[in-house]
Amino acid sequence: MLGSSRQDHLFLLFVIVLTLATPILLQPFPENSAMAQFNAGYPDLMQRFAIYGIFAMGFNILFGLTGYLSFGHAAFLGVGSYSVVWMYKLLSFNVLPGLALAVAASAVFALFIGYVSLRRSGIYFSILTLAFAQMSYNLAYSVLTPLTNGETGLQVYSNDPQYLLNPQSPTSPHIFGWAMNDSTKLTLGGWEFTFNNGYYFTAIIAILAFYISMRIFRSPFGLMLRAVKTNRRRLDYSGVNTKPYMLSAFVISGMYAGLAGGLLAAMDPLAGAERMQWTASGEVVLMTILGGAGTLMGPVLGAGLIKYLENIFSKINEGVLHQWFSWLPDWLSDSLITVVKPFVGDGWHLTLGLMFVLVVVFLPGGMMEGARRLGGMFRNKPDGKPVRSELRPAE
Amino acid sequence: MDAIILQILNGLDKGSAYALIALGLTLIFGTLGVVNFAHGALFMIGAFCAVTLQKLLGLSYLVEDPTQKDFLGNPLKVQVPYIEKWLGADLGAAIIDWSVPLAILLAIPVMLIFGFVMERGLIKHFYKRSHAEQILVTFGLAIVLQEIVRFFFGANPIQTGAPSALFGSFDFGVLAGYGPDLIIYPYWRLIYFLFALLVIAGVFAFLQFTTFGLVVRAGMQDRQTVSLLGINIDRRFTAMFGIAAAVAGVAGVMYTPILAPNYHMGMDFLVLSFVVVVVGGMGSLGGAVLAGFLLGILQSFASMNEVKAVLPGIDQVIIYLVAIIILLIRPRGLLGRKGVMED
Repeated sequence: MLGSSRQDHLFLLFVIVLTLATPILLQPFPENSAMAQFNAGYPDLMQRFAIYGIFAMGFNILFGLTGYLSFGHAAFLGVGSYSVVWMYKLLSFNVLPGLALAVAASAVFALFIGYVSLRRSGIYFSILTLAFAQMSYNLAYSVLTPLTNGETGLQVYSNDPQYLLNPQSPTSPHIFGWAMNDSTKLTLGGWEFTFNNGYYFTAIIAILAFYISMRIFRSPFGLMLRAVKTNRRRLDYSGVNTKPYMLSAFVISGMYAGLAGGLLAAMDPLAGAERMQWTASGEVVLMTILGGAGTLMGPVLGAGLIKYLENIFSKINEGVLHQWFSWLPDWLSDSLITVVKPFVGDGWHLTLGLMFVLVVVFLPGGMMEGARRLGGMFRNKPDGKPVRSELRPAE
Repeated sequence: MDAIILQILNGLDKGSAYALIALGLTLIFGTLGVVNFAHGALFMIGAFCAVTLQKLLGLSYLVEDPTQKDFLGNPLKVQVPYIEKWLGADLGAAIIDWSVPLAILLAIPVMLIFGFVMERGLIKHFYKRSHAEQILVTFGLAIVLQEIVRFFFGANPIQTGAPSALFGSFDFGVLAGYGPDLIIYPYWRLIYFLFALLVIAGVFAFLQFTTFGLVVRAGMQDRQTVSLLGINIDRRFTAMFGIAAAVAGVAGVMYTPILAPNYHMGMDFLVLSFVVVVVGGMGSLGGAVLAGFLLGILQSFASMNEVKAVLPGIDQVIIYLVAIIILLIRPRGLLGRKGVMED
């Protein structure tokens, strides 16, 4: 189909099946078993997998292909969220106009920031994007309060105009009457599967986004972006103007981020400035690195893993730990709990930071490189030799 | 005119903190070529050295005070810090009162060791790797450090006061011939500014007038040649990392009376300090100091009501705006050397 290879088709098919079957695959443990807390088939969590997957995919188009490390992508996430909530306030709870605006607004925003930031490269590019994102964040909290509702966060109030509101349509985000938070439950033996409308909506968008990103990776345009990463100076000397390519990549990745931000507001009709904070930008960087920058599947896996671990780790508290280690002798379980406690619950960020450091130090290619190394170990073939992929910025 | 003087003074203490952090960042970048996103965390750890010392000095036990009675008529039990028992009430109380300045004595060795361990344990392995990877690993380290501090000290800011002798304000207006109470400036901020000048002068003197500093400066110019001359430049650069960490640490210690330390103060300062470094010019020590004070003062001018009335919100974005303009028209920064990171 349209110039992609047979292997790509199989890969895409695999991704589609995986995405659509997620509600089943992520519920491996029966509902009443002790392991049920490791299930991840909740609508809320699965939606976040898909949404942050889109965010990371977009970031990967910029960072993975060109090596330009942006520290300001959260700004686009925020712009997307605000656009969707504004469309709720002005039109109705239908998510489509909001998402269209989210993508368009973040594209315009990215065009401006990209045009300015891409005049520099390397660490200066990182700092410029960071500066723009922090500016947006600070402004959202102060002067732009009429637009963003400041610290309270933007939400829909009953006295908002909502010109297109139809009395029959749901009063929560929906798409042509198909409410996002509705789901069908299926109980099979001890297992319970939840098929949520919102998840399937985001999943279909995520599959489309994945397809587009795959096409970009395989296209001559993608090749040009990789050439920028390898040696931009050489491209300059051979008379290629890299600027339009870079700017397109930046805008595309900004649009992905805007779409992800819009979807966040489509699942939960709220938007707050904290989504634009630079720690949020750091998070998407981590997702991409953890999964494997520059690979198609890596960032999505990284996003899923981080969101999953965040969910599990934040849930564990001292009581749960006591339950786990109750079979051990008292002194051992107590000391184990003392050791483990700082890393779970509130301490999830500590685990995240440690993971970040360990991945960058030992596995700069992320999970995809880890998988390749493992595969190489078993196959013992020369082509399975670990290739150290480096996160080299454009010079 | 008095309003302008007041704003300049107000900008000085924040500018001093920026300048000190940016100085350390530049030292690390200039010597090791490493972009250290964990430098804000070092500032924060310095501040928590002061908190720790205050808590340690405050360790106390209960004694019955015969002169006071509680509401039931029993002798009142009061907390008496151990230090007052050991050193006598007056000296003990004075030491507790002066815990913040005394914390410098604790912070310097702690930060030197900390910087040394950090450099040898982690940063060393990142000399040859890309700036992006350096940013990422130090960013991760910063998260780890701030979460560790949060684990031990909690998420709320901890009030750490200046010595009571230094409460109150200095009336500049009278000195400069204006009316009283027009230009007043808290003593502690004045001390912070003078302290910052002292530290900056110390670092520059160390680099300029000692053999060690001479070698380090030579290494910043051309690392390879220096090591070909048989000098172990790596060891000296590690020492410079320790010094940079100590500078950030003492900057944090002295800042605690101005801003009650919390676990994420490092991150808040880090982003701004990076902007300061870029504005001053990567690798230029003088530039970092100049830009630090300049941006601190600019920020305080931007928060004047008269300015805000014309350009609403300017106080929130001025630093970033200046950085963007500087990066676009003069990418090497105010005092950056030609050809260094000019791309």
